Amino acid sequence: MGENSWVPEGRDTFPKLLALNAQRFRDRPACREKMFGIWATHTWAEVAEETRALALGMMELGLQPGERIAIVGTNRPPLYWSMVAAQMVGAVPVPVYQDAVAEEMVFVLEHAEVTFIVAENQEQVDKVLSIKDRLPRLRHVIYRDPRGLRNYDHSALHEFTALQKLGRDNASKHDAEMDKRIAAGTKNDTCVMLYTSGTTGNPKGVVLSNENVIFAASSSCEFDKLTSTDETLAYLPMAWVGDFIFSIGQSYWSGFCVSCPESPDTMMADLREIGPTYFFAPPRIFETLLTTVMIRMEDAPGWMRRTFHKYIEFAKEHGVKITDGESVGLGARLKYWMGNLLVFGPLKNSLGLSRVRLGYTAGEAIGPEIFAFYRSIGINLKQLYGQTEASVFVTAQPDGQVRDDTVGVPSPGVELRIDDDGKVWYRSPGVFQEYYKEPEKTAETKDPEGWVDTGDAGFVEEGTGHLRIIDRAKDVGKMADGSLFAPKFVENKLKFYPNILEAVLLGDGRETCTAFINIDLGAVGSWAERNNVAYASYQELAAHPEVYSTIQAHVEEVNASLANDPMLSGCQIHRFLVLHKELDADDGELTRTRKVRRTTIADRYAPLIDALYDGSDTVYAETEVTYEDGRKGAITATLEIRDVKTHPRATATAKAA
Amino acid sequence: MDQVAEAQSAASAAAFTDHREIGGTMMDIKNIVLRFGGVTAIKDVSFDIRKGEIRAIIGPNGAGKSSMLNVINGFYHPQEGEVWFNGSKRGSMKPHQIAKLGISRTFQNIALFTGMSTLDNIMTGRLTRMKVNMFWQALWSGPAEQEEIEHRAKVEEIIDFLEIQAIRKTPVGRLPYGLQKRVELGRALAAEPDLLLLDEPMAGMNVEEKEDMCRFILDVNDQFGTTIALIEHDMGVVMDIADRVVVLDYGQKIGDGTPDEVRANQKVIDAYLGVSHD
Repeated sequence: MGENSWVPEGRDTFPKLLALNAQRFRDRPACREKMFGIWATHTWAEVAEETRALALGMMELGLQPGERIAIVGTNRPPLYWSMVAAQMVGAVPVPVYQDAVAEEMVFVLEHAEVTFIVAENQEQVDKVLSIKDRLPRLRHVIYRDPRGLRNYDHSALHEFTALQKLGRDNASKHDAEMDKRIAAGTKNDTCVMLYTSGTTGNPKGVVLSNENVIFAASSSCEFDKLTSTDETLAYLPMAWVGDFIFSIGQSYWSGFCVSCPESPDTMMADLREIGPTYFFAPPRIFETLLTTVMIRMEDAPGWMRRTFHKYIEFAKEHGVKITDGESVGLGARLKYWMGNLLVFGPLKNSLGLSRVRLGYTAGEAIGPEIFAFYRSIGINLKQLYGQTEASVFVTAQPDGQVRDDTVGVPSPGVELRIDDDGKVWYRSPGVFQEYYKEPEKTAETKDPEGWVDTGDAGFVEEGTGHLRIIDRAKDVGKMADGSLFAPKFVENKLKFYPNILEAVLLGDGRETCTAFINIDLGAVGSWAERNNVAYASYQELAAHPEVYSTIQAHVEEVNASLANDPMLSGCQIHRFLVLHKELDADDGELTRTRKVRRTTIADRYAPLIDALYDGSDTVYAETEVTYEDGRKGAITATLEIRDVKTHPRATATAKAA
Repeated sequence: MDQVAEAQSAASAAAFTDHREIGGTMMDIKNIVLRFGGVTAIKDVSFDIRKGEIRAIIGPNGAGKSSMLNVINGFYHPQEGEVWFNGSKRGSMKPHQIAKLGISRTFQNIALFTGMSTLDNIMTGRLTRMKVNMFWQALWSGPAEQEEIEHRAKVEEIIDFLEIQAIRKTPVGRLPYGLQKRVELGRALAAEPDLLLLDEPMAGMNVEEKEDMCRFILDVNDQFGTTIALIEHDMGVVMDIADRVVVLDYGQKIGDGTPDEVRANQKVIDAYLGVSHD
């Protein structure tokens, strides 16, 4: 690549981009926040002023260039400002997952050697104070929401607006130095450090340079033609790379407005009020939305339900083609128009997706039916494949080439390579600098030529050039008879049923496959309500015989579809049980981005796994759970194990490659 | 470097200091006797509530706690005894007159308007503070509109305070129990009371809901300086949040003091753990 000419002068750092935006977009909205029931808008000029005041305040408190400053909280404009303010001073922002318990947080804060922390509210401040003895470098904590914090010792604790005032009062003292530091920033400076949750071991601090982030932001804005007239809702964790790229990277590059929900619980209502044109959500959100719609339709009057299903059925047939702009008969077009008037339009409106011009889903495979549903009602939903290490973008689906089973073609500037083991590698200007303080791990992932190992197994489709992902490379195993064991693939098939929230497939190196199932409390609970099934707790509902039978039917359907796949027919599930508790990130069973941690689960539930394979009908389980405040408790249950019908394999056992 | 070390030692110093000011007596309850026909619910009970404190009234079932609360808020008129509030003796009053005095309450069995939204329910708490007459309110213009905007702003503050933004427009009847309790607290707060009476605010809640409710009670007391008198069954909760505790048993006061004093009181232990009567 050599010296990259694509990073224009004056746009190579975010503080510089902010100054530029304050001129070119001056009075256009930069961000919105709902407070006391009203959307408060900040223009680019205001954001520039607020951010600078904050940066001056941080400088007055003695924040030094190169130091790390942690940001903990839900999406709030002032927290985004804090990141850019830190960059103005020359420090490095480190957003941290706000729902992490103190124990998890301490690892990141210690490892990053943070000296300042910007916390959203009392909850986060309390967490920080509870671990401050283990953070000897920590000097100042800044908080946004003063509620409940009035009586705290304020010698090292600062209220956000008070700090800004401190900055404004001392502006004359620091202005020159501030301008110097902003001007001195280059594309090679560290832009942000993001900790990946990691399915194994401790989180790793991914160091991204300004060049990485600005490359990813600018090329993707161009790819999807994002401009300052777009609108988006920032509701995904700030510590996640995607949010940083979308809400800061792309927003600062193209000047679009980022709105922050009032609280995580009001996300759906806020989505409807904002009506974003650009919307990103993991498959789980789309699943939840669809499940909610379906549950509400069940409770709707008969005529409404019939109209809904009639047009949805019709849309399944023709809707996707219409969304893709393919030619469809006049009759179908008219009927679709009618459907849009009666069903799709109001539905999109109530979901807050009326204006969505560009929707992305990533992180996990999305169910083909869910994907088709959204596309059929006219939402341009596309798939994306990315990683923190790549500043998000590895592949994406261009308009007109959208499919449920691929993740698209390489993004602009990205080179793709499949190695002999079937693992996917990539190289791009967005590739991360290093894992902070872990050169060995950096070397394991990134080779000297800059190629990065995704850790996923996949292949590039002949003809279309689309990438298809099979599974995490380290999860792909072999059954005792040598056939392929791809747990994620099967689990996803199970999770496409609204009743199943999470599934864990077991069977690597064994004769047969078995599974743990987590029911979806929303969907199953609603079913129970409609059918007068009484239950007192999650545990009781999960163990209900009728719930078991429903799940069994789902598992059998999955088996039937697996039987037709010559490569994966060995993964049919022979026995399963429904877990008595939801798999939870607080218990370490899932990552914060809700990926299954297989080794932890194998440890915690070893007796259950043994029971699945020793033929017993029930098993007694005692499981330790961690509450949100870090206390521990135990839940016990006797779980039923069911045998499931399996099918003979479609072809002679296909050996894995 | 000095500055750094200083900041660090400051950060590790006690993180929490109590800045609340517990003032003089706000309510003085003297020798109350309350009878329902032949049943004496409260027998000669006296205690006081100081400005700015959290005062708990505890006791086993049927000890007379709710009756006591109803005496405080003027719903029951005791046959004997006096209630002094803010330095003047209170005669018999109608509940709405009491509400105007600056006392508001929540109920053991939730008493909300189930068909109305959270927002509207909390808005009803502002009623005693609405000054514009019905004529203007019916027209809903001019002064009435202005007033409604002011009240709405206050209500939004409470919604934000109690973190119930997500249910702002949900009919209260559709909400789970724990949230209804919170809405009820919101309505009581909307009247901006000097004295807030809470009748079993944590009854029927799970651990997490209880923790939330505790935090809200402490925050109300801390942030608005509201004096709080609460009845509660859960001893753990009471001992954690109350400044002083009154213990009733069979209508009589058997203990009064700080949580530690009450915990050490033999009569209280007997009342709660039971004592053999032979």
